Amino acid sequence: MSAKLETIGIAKSYGETVALQPTDLTVQAGEFLTLLGPSGSGKTTLLQMISGLVAPSAGRIEIAGRDVTHVEPGKRGIGMVFQSYALFPHMSVWDNVAYGLRMRRQSREEVKRAVDDALTMVRMNDYAKRYPQELSGGQQQRIALARCFAYRPSVILLDEPLGALDKKLREHMQSEIRRLHKELGATFVYVTHDQDEALTLSDRICLMNQARIEQVGTPVDLYDRPATRFAAGFIGHSNLLEGAVDHERGPAGEPILLTAGGRVPLPQRGAAMPGSPGARHCLLLRPEAPRLVEPKSGFLDGTISDIVFFGSDTRVQLTLSDGSHLSVRCERGLSPCIGDTVGLVWDPHRTTLLSA
Amino acid sequence: MTIALQAQPPRDAARARRFRWVAHSMRLLPIVPALLFLLLFFIVPVGEILQGGLFSADGTFGLAQFERIARTPVYAKVLWITFSISFLTAAISVLLGYPVAYLLSRLSPRSRERWLLWIMLPFWTSYLVKTYAWMLLLSKTGVLSTVALALGLVSRTNGTIPSLTGVLIGMVHAMLPLAVMTMLPVMRGIDDRLAQAAETLGAERGTSFFTVFLPLSSPGVAAAGLLVFISSLGFFIVPALLGSPKETMIAQLVISSVLELFDMRFAGALSTVLLVCSIVIFLVYDRLVGLSSLTGEVRDKRRGSRAHGVKLALLIAAGRLTAPLVKRRMTGAAPAERGFGPLRLYTFAVLAVLVAPVLSVIPYAFTRSDFIAFPPKLFSFKWFGTFLQSPVWQSALIRSFEVGLGTAVLSLALGLGATLALTRMSQRASKPLFALLVAPLIVPRIVIAVGLLYLFARFGLTGTNAGLVIGHTVLAIPYVVVTLAAGFRQFDWRLDDAARVMGASPVRRIATIVLPLLMASVTAAFLFAFIVSFDDLTIAIFVSGGINTTLPKQMWDDIQLAVTPTLAAVSTTLVVLIALVVFISSRLRRTTR
Repeated sequence: MSAKLETIGIAKSYGETVALQPTDLTVQAGEFLTLLGPSGSGKTTLLQMISGLVAPSAGRIEIAGRDVTHVEPGKRGIGMVFQSYALFPHMSVWDNVAYGLRMRRQSREEVKRAVDDALTMVRMNDYAKRYPQELSGGQQQRIALARCFAYRPSVILLDEPLGALDKKLREHMQSEIRRLHKELGATFVYVTHDQDEALTLSDRICLMNQARIEQVGTPVDLYDRPATRFAAGFIGHSNLLEGAVDHERGPAGEPILLTAGGRVPLPQRGAAMPGSPGARHCLLLRPEAPRLVEPKSGFLDGTISDIVFFGSDTRVQLTLSDGSHLSVRCERGLSPCIGDTVGLVWDPHRTTLLSA
Repeated sequence: MTIALQAQPPRDAARARRFRWVAHSMRLLPIVPALLFLLLFFIVPVGEILQGGLFSADGTFGLAQFERIARTPVYAKVLWITFSISFLTAAISVLLGYPVAYLLSRLSPRSRERWLLWIMLPFWTSYLVKTYAWMLLLSKTGVLSTVALALGLVSRTNGTIPSLTGVLIGMVHAMLPLAVMTMLPVMRGIDDRLAQAAETLGAERGTSFFTVFLPLSSPGVAAAGLLVFISSLGFFIVPALLGSPKETMIAQLVISSVLELFDMRFAGALSTVLLVCSIVIFLVYDRLVGLSSLTGEVRDKRRGSRAHGVKLALLIAAGRLTAPLVKRRMTGAAPAERGFGPLRLYTFAVLAVLVAPVLSVIPYAFTRSDFIAFPPKLFSFKWFGTFLQSPVWQSALIRSFEVGLGTAVLSLALGLGATLALTRMSQRASKPLFALLVAPLIVPRIVIAVGLLYLFARFGLTGTNAGLVIGHTVLAIPYVVVTLAAGFRQFDWRLDDAARVMGASPVRRIATIVLPLLMASVTAAFLFAFIVSFDDLTIAIFVSGGINTTLPKQMWDDIQLAVTPTLAAVSTTLVVLIALVVFISSRLRRTTR
């Protein structure tokens, strides 16, 4: 019950405004792909064109090899979970879930079996007679999911389905959605602007920005090897060190970036290769990569300007000599004080080189 | 091979374009019948009036008819009286109605519904019944005079009518519910938290009201003023029955020139004057406030002008001045109950004055005597017998029901299609179309009636039920469209999308999602249309012909001859009927919520 989904040069513009530039995207059968990006990045437009609710200005959409560009949404074999659910307020939970099946003119027994199955899957059997207004946000969310997959669509589209829930419930529902994805085996396309949600849920993430795809890859890919500064900034916390490649190499022959805070070794891989001496570059340093050491014994020195407690760890903010800031994760045992000067060292392989 | 590949995309693109164009125009199709209908039965006849007033019999352009109006002091005076009465009515109605609408807008939906019942009852009660009630109250032998004499307050009285005061009382009583109902949607759209925000920023309650609520509610005030003013321009029932010849209004002139003098051209010229005035006022209104406020939308104002700054300063000053009069907000009280004491009392008084006259008719219907006198001698059903057994009244009643149902069905069908199409259009396209659909509301009824008289005479529709249904549908379409548009705006179209994704066809989506969720506004629209038709006298006077009358027409004919207890029985029946309709529609709204 899953299908491969493909968009070929699909694009949308409203008059002069480009909502989505021509976009090629392939979602494998059974894959969980997340469209991640800030608002206005085109992710919802792309999802709506896949659903058929918005007609593309150009390009094609194929589901399971069939061109569905001009096919009505209801005949594409898709299901959709809407932002804030769009449950029918005048129908009971049971009727909501049965709606898609009835539209497919299935027999009474089939409808009953499918609705019961769907409600069992989301553990909401006891609520079949209730009305949507009588349910909590999380319960409504479950019904929206049940309604969507009751008729077993091969592609399920989810448009920021957890946006209206509080943090704790959201995390719980994330694991529910992952479980449902495994049980159903359908292809999931999930829209969110929450990077944590994308990292947790997805097989692959399609990062979008300014009406086009910025980068597609697994969560690990995107976190460890962001292709652009935007990707580095949007996913996870990031420190960017800018500078030019030094004429001298380091003790092990590695290239060195000359930054405001000091001489920093460069990795031998990354999205960009270190150019000849003088070339300007940008180095991505995740907060968890460096270790705090005595001043003058690391790559960089900085003054601690702030300490923020996060529960699982503590973030230390360092101010470098040029006034720029670095955020560094600090283990619980250490107890630095604001105003201390500290040094930083790290494994160069845990940094990523980006083009400036 | 390469050629074939290259040829593919353009053909695809063309197909896609065609597909989209067809799909797009299909969605707009439902508005076409309504537009055609209004073109044929509203724009053409009203256009003819306009043209008829401007061209003389031989077809040359001229202002001869207007010269006649301007030269004859009587006509100039009638125009002047018409405008002053309409203006006073609009001003007083808005002023008296504003606090009522304010209170209702701040209440919880439940209690608002309860209070609204008492506004809806007088709102939908026939103008004839309301005016008849005031005749009984204000005349020389009426209740007020009798009571005043009995209490020794006055030694001698001629009654309040006929007089300008009487006319104004009748007009304001007739129009106040309309003013409240028009202001209410705009006020309901004003967020409570804005006033709270103003207060946390240091504004006194009075200042907060004057600087936040009052400016935001001004589109509603303007809309109410406009609707009341234009409706009043075409009034003739109240001035004819409560006024002296000095209070003759232009609509009465139109009626007498058609029905008594048979001077159609002059009637046309008078109608043209009315029409031109309405159009000018309306255009000014649309420029200043925007048409969309009729359905409760508030348009963003252009900001930053100096005049705006001055206005704000004035409003702040007004707030400061009233500060000592406004009670401090009691902390801890429920939001809806806070500090409404005097306001509730006032609203209660206004509603009592609105409803009591309507109900005061009822005792007279059960009198045993053969004439109307206060106090009525109770108790007898004989006047209901007279009413229901008389073939004239019977046929009028049946005809009113037939025409009312026909109007309700036709205008709902036309209005539903039009509103559906409107909601799917861009604002630029929908604005002028919406204006056209509500235009019959802002053209005085009498103008439409005279125009239809010309038109129907040519097609032999005069005196037929079809003619009446058509005429009433023209009047009812604005009510239907405004009611449905308000309902549709609250409708969440993603529900329709959700059904579409799940495979529901357009027809099934309308049947299973759109209509059930909009049932309340559809029913309300249906009832409104029915009552507009059931209550109409203007179209009926011109179109129904001499013999086949509707209920209001029969009442009008009778009321001018003598004030009999039969009329009280008819009025009572109507009041009970309206009360029933109001009650049912409010129940419907509550159950669907």
